Amino acid sequence: MKKSDPLLGKKLSRRDMLRLTGVGGLGLLLGGGGIGGIMATRGAAAQVPAAEVKEDTIPFYGSHQAGILTPSQNFLYFASFDLTTTKLADVKKLLELWTTAAAALTSGSLIGNINDNPHLPPSDTGEAAGLTPARCTLTFGVGPSFFDGRFGLASKRPAKLADLPAFKGDDLEPKWSGGDLCVQACADDLQVAFHAIRNLARIARGTAVLRWTQEGFQRTGGADPMGTTPRNLLGFKDGTGNPDVTNAAEMQKIVWNSSGDGPAWMNGGTYMAVRRVRLRIEIWDRSTLNDQESTFGRYRHSGAPIGAKDEFDDLNLKATDHSGKPIVPPDSHSALAHGDGTVKMLRRSYSYSSGMDLTTGQLDAGLLFISFQRDLVKQFVSIQERLSKNDRLNEYMVHTGSAVFACFPGIREGGTIGESLLG
Amino acid sequence: MKLKYAVPAGLLAVSILFAGCANNDNESSGNEAPAASNNTALNVPAASAEPAANVKAVDFTSAIEQYRAYVIEQCDQFVKETETFTNAVKAGKLEEAKALYAPARMYYERIEPIAEALGDLDPNIDARENDVDAADWRGFHKIEKSLWEGKTTEGTSEVADRLLQDAQLLRAKVETAEIDANLLVTGAVELLNEVSSSKVTGEEERYSHTDLYDFVANVEGAQKIYELLKPELAKKDPALEQTIGEKFAALQAELAPFKSGDGYVSYEALKEEEIRTLSQNLDALAEPLSNMGTILGV
Repeated sequence: MKKSDPLLGKKLSRRDMLRLTGVGGLGLLLGGGGIGGIMATRGAAAQVPAAEVKEDTIPFYGSHQAGILTPSQNFLYFASFDLTTTKLADVKKLLELWTTAAAALTSGSLIGNINDNPHLPPSDTGEAAGLTPARCTLTFGVGPSFFDGRFGLASKRPAKLADLPAFKGDDLEPKWSGGDLCVQACADDLQVAFHAIRNLARIARGTAVLRWTQEGFQRTGGADPMGTTPRNLLGFKDGTGNPDVTNAAEMQKIVWNSSGDGPAWMNGGTYMAVRRVRLRIEIWDRSTLNDQESTFGRYRHSGAPIGAKDEFDDLNLKATDHSGKPIVPPDSHSALAHGDGTVKMLRRSYSYSSGMDLTTGQLDAGLLFISFQRDLVKQFVSIQERLSKNDRLNEYMVHTGSAVFACFPGIREGGTIGESLLG
Repeated sequence: MKLKYAVPAGLLAVSILFAGCANNDNESSGNEAPAASNNTALNVPAASAEPAANVKAVDFTSAIEQYRAYVIEQCDQFVKETETFTNAVKAGKLEEAKALYAPARMYYERIEPIAEALGDLDPNIDARENDVDAADWRGFHKIEKSLWEGKTTEGTSEVADRLLQDAQLLRAKVETAEIDANLLVTGAVELLNEVSSSKVTGEEERYSHTDLYDFVANVEGAQKIYELLKPELAKKDPALEQTIGEKFAALQAELAPFKSGDGYVSYEALKEEEIRTLSQNLDALAEPLSNMGTILGV
């Protein structure tokens, strides 16, 4: 079947396929080939009420990319790519193909048109067949190395997009750092997120290769129906102080680039900082509750700042005890991250677990820290410099990976990822 | 936690709470802000906290004084051996300096939590290359890099002088360093954490590969604290006391095959599974050791 076939105005949704399997039998779909099978597909699809899948779908198109202000999905599959081509035309072609695929992946459709020809490998790898989009979002960006000499784009590099400075205590490994392109796939189902990255990597073969990937998770909505602040692997609530994504003015100030911020192609885009932070879990596990709470500056159970009662109580850094000593330790994570409260960024991190460290026998687990900000230096770097110098939490973690990306503005329907940069 | 120095006496109320309602003045200095848990009366401001009447006060005076004597003794040796080392460095005796390096450091590694509580002394003496800004880097590891990687003593004379001064300053400061029962308990775990986070991975001695010297010294420092607290622990939780003793023995047994003459083999000689076994034995010891705080009461 061809993409331009007028009979195929609507793509085959993965869920439609599931239904169809029940109605007409798998053979009809997979073995039918040609027009007959497709016609049957369309007939069945029309019976599915649109509303039923809507809550599972985050629109791919819009003025900003999804996956930034989108409330965090349960799972993350992050991928950093290196371009192997040296031709700009190949890069453009890749982003066109990715756009088409991303629209399908985020709407729960099968990728491509060759999913029922017995003589060809199916264009969609199939493991998400029958699954909803699971609120899948795909967020695309380019790293500083994208603007080196290869594609003649050096003059378009935003001044704000540069590799991060070395922070005290960094132990960065190339295998967890950098990249020409990134795709942040988030979904409420890990298989759906994996499927997205797998297929994008497949489409990229010959043009770009995976540089590093990292799966991430947090407690699922199913396990926490109230949607309370998720806890990190140190057992503490993480994200309490995050800015409100429903406050458009605040997001404009903290997250989105607009005219005057830098090159026009970034208007509506944002900068992403990614840090792979390994947590020294075994050491943390043997520190006392008192130490743990002084380290965070918050109570473990409630998440409230020390000296306060409720998780969302103000972090009062000026409060002192009877001896004049600050109640929230000034070198606690909360106090240092907060600073004077004027500099904020939008955090969207996930926990990770990557099996075991073969050398030490300890868990390789931690946080894939992700933040979005209008200005990497003024926001992420200024906060991280403070943290890297004095944060008590540093004793329990080590940053092993680092990358920054300029995330494109949103993709309009009919448009292409990155077209404001590449035309 | 990093142990902090310079504790105002005003924290009396806090540390009574924190250090198990001990009623003697020697340990009146909590060395941490009260980050009380919220599941007990601890979450009220420290000022209003009252020692629980039913908790028996434990007198740690003797253990603390014995530990101070141990720290001073280690420091005396540390200054002496550091001087021998820096003299060799300054005399341009490369091989002699290399041989003196790791043994001299062991005296420091045994009492590292105390040094860490003394302001900038720890980074000045023991910072690794990426721990501090390049301009501030000094101490043992800077000389280590020159001796092993640069294969020379040249250009290290000034660093050697400052190292000796820092060692002497440490010796002077430990005399009056605040030591309380809480510091002992957390310090023992802290010593093993040091091993876990930098020695086990071979990062500490990345040029000389003498990590096993540090490893052993950290464990010995922790064991010393355990020995001092053992009588009290045996009263409070004999099973825990016994477990910790067994785990120390198990770890020592794992370390024994790597002895070589008066010292230890290069960390590079260890196979990955040997390192893993050491690391796992260390974790198996540190986990029960972290429960020694039970003697502090609630």
